[in-house]
Amino acid sequence: MSDKTQTPVSRSWLFRAWDSDVAYSFRTSPVAIVAGFVALAIILLAILAPWIAPHNPYDPSTLNLMDGFTPPMEPNAFTGNVYWLGTDNQGRDIFSTLLYGARISLFVGFAAVLFAMVLGIAAGLAAGYRGGWVDSLLMRVADVQLSFPSILIALLIFGVARGFIPPAHRETMAIWVLIVAIGLSDWVQYARVVRGATMVEKNKEYVQAARVIGAHPLKILVRHILPNVMGPVLVIATIGLALAIIAEATLSFLGVGVPPTQPSLGTLIRIGQQYLFSGEWWILLFPSITLLALALAVNLLGDWLRDALNPRLR
Amino acid sequence: MLAFIIRRVLQSVLVMLVVALVSFSLFRFVGDPISSMVGQEASIADREALRDALGLNDPFLMQFIRFVGDAIQGNFGISYRLQQPVMELILSRLPATIELALVSGVMAFIFGVGFGVYTALRRKGWVSNTIMTVSLIGVSLPTFLIGVLLIWVFAVELQWLPSFGRGDVVDLGWWRTGFLTHSGRLSLILPAITLGLYQMTLIMRLVRAEMMEVLRTDYIKFARARGLTNRAVHFGHALKNTLVPVITITGLQLGSIIAFAIITETVFQWPGVGALFINSVRFVDVPVMAAYLMLIALIFVVINLIVDLLYYVVDPRLRVDRAKTRH
Repeated sequence: MSDKTQTPVSRSWLFRAWDSDVAYSFRTSPVAIVAGFVALAIILLAILAPWIAPHNPYDPSTLNLMDGFTPPMEPNAFTGNVYWLGTDNQGRDIFSTLLYGARISLFVGFAAVLFAMVLGIAAGLAAGYRGGWVDSLLMRVADVQLSFPSILIALLIFGVARGFIPPAHRETMAIWVLIVAIGLSDWVQYARVVRGATMVEKNKEYVQAARVIGAHPLKILVRHILPNVMGPVLVIATIGLALAIIAEATLSFLGVGVPPTQPSLGTLIRIGQQYLFSGEWWILLFPSITLLALALAVNLLGDWLRDALNPRLR
Repeated sequence: MLAFIIRRVLQSVLVMLVVALVSFSLFRFVGDPISSMVGQEASIADREALRDALGLNDPFLMQFIRFVGDAIQGNFGISYRLQQPVMELILSRLPATIELALVSGVMAFIFGVGFGVYTALRRKGWVSNTIMTVSLIGVSLPTFLIGVLLIWVFAVELQWLPSFGRGDVVDLGWWRTGFLTHSGRLSLILPAITLGLYQMTLIMRLVRAEMMEVLRTDYIKFARARGLTNRAVHFGHALKNTLVPVITITGLQLGSIIAFAIITETVFQWPGVGALFINSVRFVDVPVMAAYLMLIALIFVVINLIVDLLYYVVDPRLRVDRAKTRH
């Protein structure tokens, strides 16, 4: 204890991060380590997809239709090519489409969570700090939205937005519409938590002190209150990431998500389902496992983070 | 009490009006209804005449009022894609969805309460651990993936159960039921499991948590001190008191079952309302989208209203500031 307080400056931030309570709880939780490792591995593979993947699934000129339906680890009957995880109906290497698919799923997931987070935090700060009609309006909207399942709201927003976009742009805009739809369906959680925390924080001495100095309300909110309400927000964001990935996969599976030319994990499962009855199980199995591993790992990380950041459980 | 009911009903009406406004905006702003009604040969003058005749040049508010009036009478126009009255389409598909939702809801409730009680009473055993682990996977697995995997195992590999459709159906008046035939009942199994699994895990975790909470209370200790059998303590006293929140949550979940039916119906090609809606989103079939939106909103609003009022009746502690602290 005394050691640490005497030499705070010479310690690097890396050491302080390693030495923190959260990091300690991570090191001592096998579940969190495994989940973190799986999530990190999938994220890294997805980011590095263009350099790792043996084929580029977006480039039709590299595909050979004769390679279609090659089982995993077996040479193709016509071409003799061997693929780790086999190929799909168009001869696309499953391993490569998986990497690129995970890339899209993760991109949509992260972007949707970021969008929902920014929107929710802004609404929550405004409602909690201002109170009055801003608060009651935002919370009524939140109440109404919370009584509907978020997947339904995402579907509706997606459907409405598609109607507004001219048909020529629907394919290219689909991914952005998807992000907005999933983000809008999920902002309420953040808004509620931030609002509650803000109402507690705004009466504390440090906020009053900042107000007495004459700091701008916006500055008080962003510099003083926001850092103190971020803990629970990060927990929701982690679990929200798993939910967003699942929502994206669900919408894509239903055929209303990303276009088939840029398959995400959900689209791949959709394609795989069509070939289940003719015995090509690998087209379905590998995307399903990837999606499950990703969702489960992120969920477990979220659970762990919630316990780690909860002072009552220490 | 009366003031609360009136406020709550007014709130519900307001929600319905907002949803109606969204549905109506769909008609107004998504595509041109005239061009989806007439052929390419129609002249501009003809189009304008039709526009006038249909009242599309009236002020926004007038049209909105007319839309709400029509909606109350169940008139949502004609589907762009199927060229049939929307209400007819929805009514003909509603029984399929309701039967599916009902079976999976009942299943989720029975198994959820059963597993929940079991895992609360025997916390250490390997059966409980297995159930808890499986339930964690059940929560993480997306609904559609559960459906696809069930099809793979039970329809493709084992070939025990059909993988799509409703099997043979019997018409009871306008209600088309699958309960009365063997193939109808068989086809119901996989979709019902798919739809109910998530709700089951939810109910199970809730019952388990509530049950463990209740088992620690004084009146349970007192009941044991009186020398009652385990059976009487667990089921007569503990379970009874856990069921109030469970029933309300289950009620609220009915709405989500209907919403998640969209996914299940797509996976199993179940001819219900959800599948109709997904196709309308895919083909931008505005009248069907609008009608489905209103229907779902109505179901949700009514369920929420009933649950809120029931809460109010059942639990006197909540009567003070019920409206403020929902969820």
